[in-house]
Parts: sequence; C-alpha cells; structure tokens
Amino acid sequence: MILKIDNVTKNFGGVTAIKETSFSVAPKEIFGLIGPNGAGKTTMFNIITGNYVPTSGEVIFRNEAISGLKPHHIVRKGIARTFQNIRLFSSMSVLDNILIGFDFQARYGFLESIVRFPRFITEERRIKARAMEILDYFGMSALAHEKAVDLSYGQQRKVEIARALATNPDLLLLDEPAAGMNPSETEELGEIIKKARVDFDLTVLLIEHDMKFVNQLCDKVLVLDYGKTIFEGKPADAIQDPEVIAAYLGDFHND
Amino acid sequence: MNTLMLKKEQWLKISFVAITVWFIWFSNSHFDEYTIRILNNIAIFIILAVSYNLINGVTGQFSLEPNGFVAIGAYVAALLLTSPEAKQYQYAIVDPYPFVLTLHANFVVALLLGGAFAATLAACLSFPVFRVRGDYLAIVTLGFGFIIKILAINVPEVTNGSLGINDIPEFSNLYWTGGIAMIAVIVVLNIINSKFGRAMKAVRDDEDAATAMGVNTFKAKTLAFCTSAFFEGVGGGLLAALLTSISPDLFDFFFTFQLLIIIVLGGLGSTTGAIIGTVLVMGGSEWMRFLDEPMNLLGYETTAMPGMRMVVFSLGLILIMLFAREGVMGKRELTDLLKWRRKGGK
Ligand SMILES: Nc1ncnc2c1ncn2[C@@H]1O[C@H](COP(=O)(O)OP(=O)(O)OP(=O)(O)O)[C@@H](O)[C@H]1O
Ligand SMILES: [Mg+2]
Repeated sequence: MILKIDNVTKNFGGVTAIKETSFSVAPKEIFGLIGPNGAGKTTMFNIITGNYVPTSGEVIFRNEAISGLKPHHIVRKGIARTFQNIRLFSSMSVLDNILIGFDFQARYGFLESIVRFPRFITEERRIKARAMEILDYFGMSALAHEKAVDLSYGQQRKVEIARALATNPDLLLLDEPAAGMNPSETEELGEIIKKARVDFDLTVLLIEHDMKFVNQLCDKVLVLDYGKTIFEGKPADAIQDPEVIAAYLGDFHND
Repeated sequence: MNTLMLKKEQWLKISFVAITVWFIWFSNSHFDEYTIRILNNIAIFIILAVSYNLINGVTGQFSLEPNGFVAIGAYVAALLLTSPEAKQYQYAIVDPYPFVLTLHANFVVALLLGGAFAATLAACLSFPVFRVRGDYLAIVTLGFGFIIKILAINVPEVTNGSLGINDIPEFSNLYWTGGIAMIAVIVVLNIINSKFGRAMKAVRDDEDAATAMGVNTFKAKTLAFCTSAFFEGVGGGLLAALLTSISPDLFDFFFTFQLLIIIVLGGLGSTTGAIIGTVLVMGGSEWMRFLDEPMNLLGYETTAMPGMRMVVFSLGLILIMLFAREGVMGKRELTDLLKWRRKGGK
C-alpha cells in the first residue's frame, strides 16, 4: 500500500468533517473519493498534504507517518495536488507556473544565482527543458509564454495538473479535475489521467462528482457522507448501493 | 530558443552596464555640483527602491522597513568612517563609550558591515514574523523603525543622541553611488530571474499553492527581506558619506513613505518601475522645491509653506492608488516591453 489512512478524525470546533475514516490506496491505482457536498473530501486531501493536522489518527505514506509534517516537506516526499478552485500563479507565465514545481529540484544556491555561477545556468537549462517536456506532453508547449490566467478554463486545469506533475510525485491528488469542463474536455482529461498514470508511474487519488467519469476511470472508490465512510469498493457497485443512493439522491437528480 | 533568450538577457545587461558607466563619466565631467548632488541622491534611492520593491512588490509582503535599516547602515558607516578626533570633540551630551572612538574601517568595509548588520537584524525579525501567517510584517517593521530612531536618540554614548554624527568623511561620489546602484540592480534582477525570484512571486500570487508545490515560503520571504535590508544598510552608509552628517530625524517614517510612493508609482513588482519611480519622484521633488517657498499666485503673495511638497506627494499617492494602481510599469520589466514590441511587429 502506498497510502494508508488510519482511523483519521478531523474536527473544526464543533463540526466533525472527517470521522474515524480508514482506507488504503494500492500503488498505481486510480482511487476515487466521492460523496455529496460537504462530505469531507477536500478536508481529507488537506490532511494528506499536511495543510491540516488530523485531530486523531495517522496518514502513512510508503510506510512512514507523515501527519504533522509541513506541506512543502510532504510534496518532497512525493505527494502532489491540484485544487478544487484553480489556483495558478496569476502574474506568471505558463512555463513559470510549471517551473515552480521544480523549485526544490533545482540544485543551486542563492549566491550562485546572484553571480550566475555555471551551475545556475546548467540547472536552469535542465529544469526548463523538463518543464517544456511536461508542457509538450499536455500539448501546450505553444502556450508556454502566455500568462496562465489568459488560458481557457480547461487549459488552466491541465496546467494545474502539469504543475503538480513537475514536482515528480508518486501520488497525485486531484480535487474535482473535471469540474467546469464540457463533456469532450472531460473525456480528454480522463484519457490524459490514464496515460499519465503509466507514463509518470503514478498512483492517483481523485475527488469527482461526475459519476460517469468516476466509473470509467477509477479502480476503486470510497464514498464519504458527513465525514463517515458509507461505501468502499468498485465504482459500478457504488451506484447500486442503497446507502450511497440515499446520500446522493439530491445530487443524482440535479445532474 | 532558450539559449537565444539567455544571450539577449546578457546583451541587455552589458548595454545597461556600458550606458551606466558612460553616464557616470559624462555627468562627472559635464554637470555642475548641484546636478551631481541630485544624481547622487537618485543613485542611492535607486538602490533603496529596487531592494524595497523586492520584499514589497515582488514577494508581496507589505513592509515598512526602509527607514530602520537605512538608519542602521548610516550609523554603522558613520561610526566606522569618522575619525577618532572628530568623534572625540562632537560627543557633547555624554562621553562616548571607549569602543566608539576606536571603531574604524575603510569605506567598502564600512558599507558592507552596515549592510550585514541590517541583514542580520532582518533575519532576526523574520523568525517571529514569517513563521506565522498574516500581515504582521507592516506593523512589526513600522515599530522597528520607531525603535531604531528612539535608540538613536536615547543611546547618546554611541550615537551622540539628537545631535547626530557630524564630520563624516565625504567618501560618496557618483562613481560609488552609481556603481553600487548598478550592482544592486543587477543583483536584484539576478535574484528575480532565478528559482528564488520565482518562489517569491509565487508567494505573492498564492502562498498556499506555492507551499503545495514544495516551495519553502518562509525561506523565500526571509531571503527577500534580508536582501532588502542588506541593500538598505549599504544605501544608508552611502547616504551618511554623502551628507557628511546624520541625525535621528533623518530616518523617520517619511523616509519610508517616500520610497513607498516611488515603488507604487513605478509599479509594484517591477524593478524597471522602481528605477523610473525614483527618477520621477526625486526629480519631481527637486522641481517642486518652489512649492515650499513663498509664491506669487495671481498677484497674491503666499508665505513659505514647508511641507507643501509632502502634501503634493501624499495626494499623488492617493491618486495613483485610486486611478492607476498598476503604476507606470505594472509588474512588467523593460524586457517584457521589448518582447511585446517584437510580437506586435509580426
Ligand atoms: N477550515 C475549516 N474550518 C471550519 N470548517 C471547515 C473547514 N474546512 C472544511 N470545513 C467543514 O468541513 C466540512 C467538509 O468540507 P469539505 O470542504 O471537506 O467538503 P467536500 O466534501 O470537499 O465538499 P465539496 O464537494 O463541496 O467540495 C464542511 O462542513 C465544511 O464546512
Ligand atoms: Mg471539496
């Protein structure tokens, strides 16, 4: 198991966002975290990435307890994420956005950058070439010098995934990657995630409301409702499960 | 493409150095003393503005530190440069501590020590301030500036109190001020165009997202703040050796306010903008000298109104914030404008 959530609870004052939740994600799996609005999905992501410290329980990544570590340390251990609301660096170009993902991988010091030491130049070339490769992989190298916020919504979502991949993760957390996309963009995104899993050697944990998308993509799902696990198993079985249907009723009708 | 752009960056730098060196030489041989004095001031303020812009504009951490660190650099340099005899006779309030009289260093060492002292203090402030989230920096640096000024007044054994330090040798000239301004601009640009500068901008744009990409945001903020402090210390030393006498009131909040106007006018986050802002504000402030003096307005004689320029500056800042928040350059640099023109030409 690459990721193990061990009996995690998270309280915000009186609100219990996550209640005694446990699950495990196997290497190279695409694992879906689903549930109605406010179920605690994003909170679970924030616990895994170190933004929140769990009230109790442990997050174990590759046999190491990581809860309590700072987010930027957890990234370096190999967990990257995207955000539910796109959060690109708005003043920066697409390329510079990707390069932020290489920040901790560029091996030169502060003084070396001031005097333009040779290692600065070779390292900048190296990470720029790698960033361009990633952009190329997403078919966006022509947009490298555009401002990230000038791109279309679907493209911005892809830049966010590309930026997360730049940190060279083993586990990629995607918070509603298809939100706001049209059906053809959603389909393309599904293909990219499947392909990237192989090409980048990834395990994927994703939150998504689009059940068709989840069904096509995920090997396994966990359904949360009010912070509690109500189902764990195959996505096809989840939509048959009476408890899941009951929790989701509103959402299914709305779609 | 990438190597081509690197070459272009180098060409720009070489032309910048060549033009600056030529300009300093030209000014020294062609301009009168008054103009050179203004140019010296502009050069020192360019050092202060580009470094202040690093923490305030590039990293987006609203800070009010310059007067404190400039004061530190100025006092360190003044104590190191002024001869023991000159110090001996001017400490009129109390006798100086013996070590004050023995302190001595050459100009370069004095400037570097002033910078290092300021940067060290900045590092000490960084720990409590940047460890927690929130906009404490402005309040802490504001308080810091007051404390430095009060210390300068109340520790006369070192600073000669409100009388200040006089007879500082006039080491600053256009070669020093202009040369160091050039170095400061290049150093700051080199930082901005590196992973450290990208991290600083990322902190400004979205600190949480930066953290989520593995950026140590505490380190990025601390580096920006300490670099600013270093150059502010150096600039303070240059200022002391230009004015030849310093006193605590020189470093009150107005000093910081003036720099704030400069970088906002130029465009927060743009180094080119900080330079343009300095020239506009410093030049404008010379030009507006007549405002402080008695005037003949349509036949009415007005009395001298010292501080009138300040009113104009404050109004200027308010107008910029209301109508032109981006300033002259926005976040753009000269290089961006060149790129844009090439793209437009296609
Ligand atoms: N920082 C916080 N402080 C207080 N309450 C919070 C905080 N973060 C989340 N919550 C609460 O925890 C619960 C779960 O929120 P969460 O964002 O994890 O839901 P979600 O499953 O991601 O929902 P959605 O599908 O709408 O994104 C909600 O009731 C929310 O109000
Ligand atoms: Mg959510």
